[in-house]
Amino acid sequence: MNEAGARTYLTGLTLALVLTAVPFGIVFAGLVERPAALVVIAAAAILQILVHLRWFLRLDLTRTPRENLLALAFAALLIFIMVGGSLWIMFDLHDRMMM
Amino acid sequence: MSAPVSARDEEKALGFWLYLMTDAILFALLFATYVVMTVGTAGGPTGHDLFSLPRTFAETMLLLVSSTTFGFATLAAGRGEGGAAIRWLLLTALLGIGFVALELSEFAGMIAAGAGPDRSGFLSAFFALVGAHGLHVSAGILCILVMVGQMLAKGLTAPVLSRLIRLGLFWHFLDIVWVGIFSVVYLPGVLP
Repeated sequence: MNEAGARTYLTGLTLALVLTAVPFGIVFAGLVERPAALVVIAAAAILQILVHLRWFLRLDLTRTPRENLLALAFAALLIFIMVGGSLWIMFDLHDRMMM
Repeated sequence: MSAPVSARDEEKALGFWLYLMTDAILFALLFATYVVMTVGTAGGPTGHDLFSLPRTFAETMLLLVSSTTFGFATLAAGRGEGGAAIRWLLLTALLGIGFVALELSEFAGMIAAGAGPDRSGFLSAFFALVGAHGLHVSAGILCILVMVGQMLAKGLTAPVLSRLIRLGLFWHFLDIVWVGIFSVVYLPGVLP
């Protein structure tokens, strides 16, 4: 049980190290154009957040209480609406002011 | 999230989880503010002038390793090994202090160079977002030290263990926010 516990954290650490090294390496090497680099950074960030939720916060779709998962999903929805909406409105406004 | 022992603990875990979700929304809005404000440099320094990739990488490593050592503290406490749990917790606090020290030296350097939060909208948003995270980490370090005190004074009782699990959720959550910060603030800022 505890052997498995330690292995869980070390798995999370290894995956997180890889997902940190990739975007830092790309920015440090400076070989990739900015748009492509931003896509890699975003993809690595989303994957790393999932890694942290699964191996550090120990979320599990079957064992974690339903309410906790619902609260997480609801928070994600709110964040999507508020952050997405804010960025949409502000950058639209920004573009129109430039014209 | 290892299994809480009683229904009462399960309620507390859910309550704490709800707090974390509201904190995530707070950070998300600080992120949105920052992204909107990145263009508002008011002729002052940009992220490219100010941010240091090696320092950000060092901060990232400190927090990531500290998340793992906190996990080991939880495992040791679950096995009933109080001494080992306290040693892992102290190591976690030390790594956290290293992180806060690096961040404070960055802030002090920026303010000394005339790039304080009053310089531009971009810098106001930067200090609000990164500063809010730094304050959370500082509060977390304080709580870890209180946790060590409780373990020494009370031993590994059921309430102490359930508090340790909730503090662990908080600490791992802060590492997730940091992933957002280096991906949204520092890496795009350093990119040409």
